[in-house]
Amino acid sequence: MSEQHGKEQNGQESRKFATKLLHFGSEIDRNTGASSVPIYQASTFHHEDVFNPPVHDYSRSGNPTRQALEDYIALLEGGVRGFAYSSGMAAISSTFMMLSAGDHMIVTEDVYGGTYRLLTSILNRLGIESTFVDMTDLDQVKAALKPNTKAVYMETPSNPTLKITDIAAVTSWAKEHDLLTMLDNTFMTPYYQRPIEHGVDIVLHSATKFLGGHSDVLAGLAVARTPSIGRQLKQLQNGLGTVLGVQDSWLLMRGMKTLQARMNHSEQSAAVLAAWLNGRPDIEKVYYPGLLDHPGREIHEKQSTGYGAVVSFDVGSGERAKQVLNKVRIPLVAVSLGAVESILSYPAMMSHAAMPAEVRHERGIADGLLRFSVGLEDIDDLIADLDQALQGS
Amino acid sequence: MGETDMEKRKALNIESRLAQIGSQEDPVTGAVNFPIYQATAFRHPKLGQSTGFDYARTKSPTRKVLEEAAAELESGDAAFACSSGMAALQTIFSLFKQGDHLIVSLDLYGGTYRLLERILSKFGVSASYIDTNDLDELEKSRRPETKAVFIETPTNPLMMITDIEKVAAWAKRHELLTIVDNTLLTPFFQRPIELGADIVIHSATKYLGGHNDVLAGLIITKGKELSEEMFFLHNSIGAVLGASDSYQLMRGMKTLALRMERHESNAIAVAEFLKTHPAVAEVFHPVFPEHPGHEIQKKQSSGNTGIFSFKVKDARYVEPVLRHIRLIAFAESLGGVESLMTYPAVQTHADIPEEIRKAVGVDDRLLRFSVGIEHIDDLIADLGGALDAAMEEVEGGKRHE
Repeated sequence: MSEQHGKEQNGQESRKFATKLLHFGSEIDRNTGASSVPIYQASTFHHEDVFNPPVHDYSRSGNPTRQALEDYIALLEGGVRGFAYSSGMAAISSTFMMLSAGDHMIVTEDVYGGTYRLLTSILNRLGIESTFVDMTDLDQVKAALKPNTKAVYMETPSNPTLKITDIAAVTSWAKEHDLLTMLDNTFMTPYYQRPIEHGVDIVLHSATKFLGGHSDVLAGLAVARTPSIGRQLKQLQNGLGTVLGVQDSWLLMRGMKTLQARMNHSEQSAAVLAAWLNGRPDIEKVYYPGLLDHPGREIHEKQSTGYGAVVSFDVGSGERAKQVLNKVRIPLVAVSLGAVESILSYPAMMSHAAMPAEVRHERGIADGLLRFSVGLEDIDDLIADLDQALQGS
Repeated sequence: MGETDMEKRKALNIESRLAQIGSQEDPVTGAVNFPIYQATAFRHPKLGQSTGFDYARTKSPTRKVLEEAAAELESGDAAFACSSGMAALQTIFSLFKQGDHLIVSLDLYGGTYRLLERILSKFGVSASYIDTNDLDELEKSRRPETKAVFIETPTNPLMMITDIEKVAAWAKRHELLTIVDNTLLTPFFQRPIELGADIVIHSATKYLGGHNDVLAGLIITKGKELSEEMFFLHNSIGAVLGASDSYQLMRGMKTLALRMERHESNAIAVAEFLKTHPAVAEVFHPVFPEHPGHEIQKKQSSGNTGIFSFKVKDARYVEPVLRHIRLIAFAESLGGVESLMTYPAVQTHADIPEEIRKAVGVDDRLLRFSVGIEHIDDLIADLGGALDAAMEEVEGGKRHE
């Protein structure tokens, strides 16, 4: 995939990804030469001159530490402007406020449970309508179009069954109908996939996951493709106040510096784990875009440079899934994903618990499905541990 | 904390409760300050079992200590910490649906006005802006689709006072929610839930935090059903406060009583000084018997906030005053230990249309002073000097370009 996309500002944008991760413009403090952005723990800023306000006047509207993070993610995603929020859901809920009562959205049916809850329990009351479709099938997407459709919302690979959506196909269709396109890029991160290069208008992240990478900071990010979308997002972020605090902004940047190293290691292990699970007769199904027979693999390879670190697998029954969860010793049995430590989750009772059981089953989230977010442990240890948990379960 | 500990705590004076926020809650090490749990995920001991914490957006240990303290201080049943005061408001306003109507204080914080008029209006939620202390006006604004009354008292910047008990009783008769923004007085001076309010909101960036160093909002709810609904919204919208900021906020709250007493006495002294200054036309402070609402304020609050506003006689004084102040910073926000001067017409209230601003009295002669905890003599010297210099420049004809 071309790295030479977009404008050349200070030559930063033409650099390779690994270099951008460390040299993003704010890596050195201009005043002191310090090797990291200072944490500006200030809510307000002195105005030297009443009619010439300073760049930052109030931290909700802008803070130098948060700004460094926002510029950083914009650079990595190849967008014009970035925004940091107090959680992934705060990023998503703030972005959805771009719509108005009476508007309609087309949303991937595999959408994260929290986004599903937001759309079906809160935004519906405000007159925003959504249709959930199998986004991997462009005909279904097209069939969902209504006169009041304003936006399309994608996740690819989806959570937890890693279904692949053809980003460019959806965005080029959406453009014909003047629809805004949004994509949750949490699973891939800009290291593996930069949706703006495929025409997406707004990229969203739960930065709590791979970007932060240490299960220690709750954060969300958004990146706008155009200045006009950037202005709208800015107005909403400031108006709604769903911003990320400065300590958390700093922690997130610290985590992001090692993104490529972490993703490389975790992906390598995830591929080994997926192949190992795939070879076991006692596993019903393995979902991983790196597997040769994974549906949509070719599309994924066209739009991404990696397969990621999440492997989902069906152990056959809810009972067996529960036994495995109780017997594993290394991975954290918890919600969330994308951390240095491996995390094993049970979508039916955790990330997708907000989804009614019949809807969940329809979407392939079986009672025996487990989601493994592969961390930085030694893969031999992870496999040995999972092996003992699966045996006799 | 056990039920009996809670009872014992409630019997304590507010100063003691503030000083001990999070102090005796770490059962593992006995640390006198509650640890910062910088964790987003929590291990489940067994499937279907939880430590009470699953994912930090939903509930996190450090934030929980802050939330419990806030609920107790405001005499509510539950509290929710948000990433800013506006995030708290947005979370509260998500209670409403398309077609709902709100009655809101006329002299309103610009950010709240912007949220209502530029964002919520798109979703069919509308608002009427009135003097919320006027029962006739309340009655006139009420419609079948009205769902809540939103009060700021005192208002910012004109210090208009609303009788919370009277309005809450009226709202209850009509099955409306009463929401009170208690940012300026804090639970140290005023506890709206005890006066009948259902929801209290704070921009905790201000007096609760108190140091101009942390952006935060708090929601306090009364009643089980409302608390459960707010929990759902808080988690689903996700505009929650991070663990470090939660700790910083609690740290600030421990000194709330000391700070508020000093803010109050300094503000009164400065207000009295300004009343006598020739450059000043009017001083808006509820401590003065002629201030509308003076009696109500005395009845429902045990003290006064540290901000007030005043009008200079000539709009041309404003620029040189702001240029000449040295100790007092010219910045947005309020409620910090440092004194800040704000020019509402161009800063906090820039989003309110000029005709509304002027009707309320937020014109180009109005300055808002958030009085800090510096020595009163230094504050008076700084402000007095700046006013004298401004008069000198304007009357002397050597206007600053």
